[in-house]
Amino acid sequence: MSEQVKFTIDGKACKTQKGTNLVEAAKENGIYIPVLCHLEGIKPAGSCRICNVKVNGRFMTACTTEVSDGMVIENITPEIQELRKIIVETLFVSGNHFCPACEKSGNCELQALGYRYQMMVPRFPYEFEEKEVDATSQKFYIDRNRCVLCKRCVRSVKTKDGKSIFAILGRGHQAVINIDHELANQLSDEEAQEVMNTCPVGSILKKERGYVDPIGSRKYDNKPIGSEIEQITNL
Amino acid sequence: MSKPIVATTSLAGCFGCHMSLLDIDDRILQLIDLVDFNKSPVDDIKEFTEMCDIGLIEGGCCNSENVHVLKDFRKNCKVLVSVGECAIMGGLPALRNNIPIKECLEEAYLNGPSTKNANPERIMPNNEELPIILDKVYPCHEIVKIDYYLPGCPPRADLIWNALIALVTGDELKLPYEVVKFD
Repeated sequence: MSEQVKFTIDGKACKTQKGTNLVEAAKENGIYIPVLCHLEGIKPAGSCRICNVKVNGRFMTACTTEVSDGMVIENITPEIQELRKIIVETLFVSGNHFCPACEKSGNCELQALGYRYQMMVPRFPYEFEEKEVDATSQKFYIDRNRCVLCKRCVRSVKTKDGKSIFAILGRGHQAVINIDHELANQLSDEEAQEVMNTCPVGSILKKERGYVDPIGSRKYDNKPIGSEIEQITNL
Repeated sequence: MSKPIVATTSLAGCFGCHMSLLDIDDRILQLIDLVDFNKSPVDDIKEFTEMCDIGLIEGGCCNSENVHVLKDFRKNCKVLVSVGECAIMGGLPALRNNIPIKECLEEAYLNGPSTKNANPERIMPNNEELPIILDKVYPCHEIVKIDYYLPGCPPRADLIWNALIALVTGDELKLPYEVVKFD
């Protein structure tokens, strides 16, 4: 049996198995730490920084930090909440996020974080940078206007023999998600739907699907993101 | 004491936000007890006749007339509220922001499916009476100072109602989860 470790989150005593990352450990103890690039079951990347917490007084990304005995973690403080809100706002202005015209609206994790942190308007100017849409694949649209470069698709979508279907093309400011059309075309419709669900935003959309769920019955219409783990008491 | 005065306008919008204001249903009777309207499409008053307390702005700025009207609102309203996605971030009209203006005009007047055979003289509207189209669609707060923002496409009627009541009464704005949406 593996070793138990004890730690605190905002003063609440918690415990988990040694080796668990902070996001999962918090979840086991009924505490929500927001994530955008992290996906349960794949190796954490720590690229979006939305899961920032303070560990023993220092900022760390919760998804890439293994919990250890005696850790003192701050999750909900005005400083951390404001930082998370700023991250959401920068993502909204650096892409072209036209929520009313997006099929993912209502089921989008970035939008849901905007709701959770009550973003009424980003404090930064919109960039309106030109980005390309690739609609040549049989199963998907890749809309880079909405991509937040979380790399969930790159890290998690593989063929049965382990080949990647998505990859990053270019570096730094020019980095975009690219798709291997040949491999993508071999996916079944169910697999294609799973790939779409992997994308936290509306960047990878399954073709021939459209607006499936009516407004009011979508995932984040009535319940904030994270409410399956923890009721919001203090936004 | 006289009632607070509200002015409204639709810039580069679709009037959906004004429709949503009307969507407060029978509370509109309470609203006319609470406030007076000045310049607004609701009462068809075309020019400001007095200083207003609250200006509701629908739509972003896509041409010189929008900018003129918005600056006029800033001058004549104590509090300006951006209502809806278009006022806040340009909205659907801002989908053109990455397309050169020449291409947009050519598509609209020369090459579009509904115009390519209907405009043999290849005329593009270009009269000094017409407002000049801007290089891109601007959010209102990039043109003038905006005091409050009500997101949504359109903002839910309850959000507009709650915001108006909060502004008029000075009470804290109620923001239940269901009313703040970006679509």
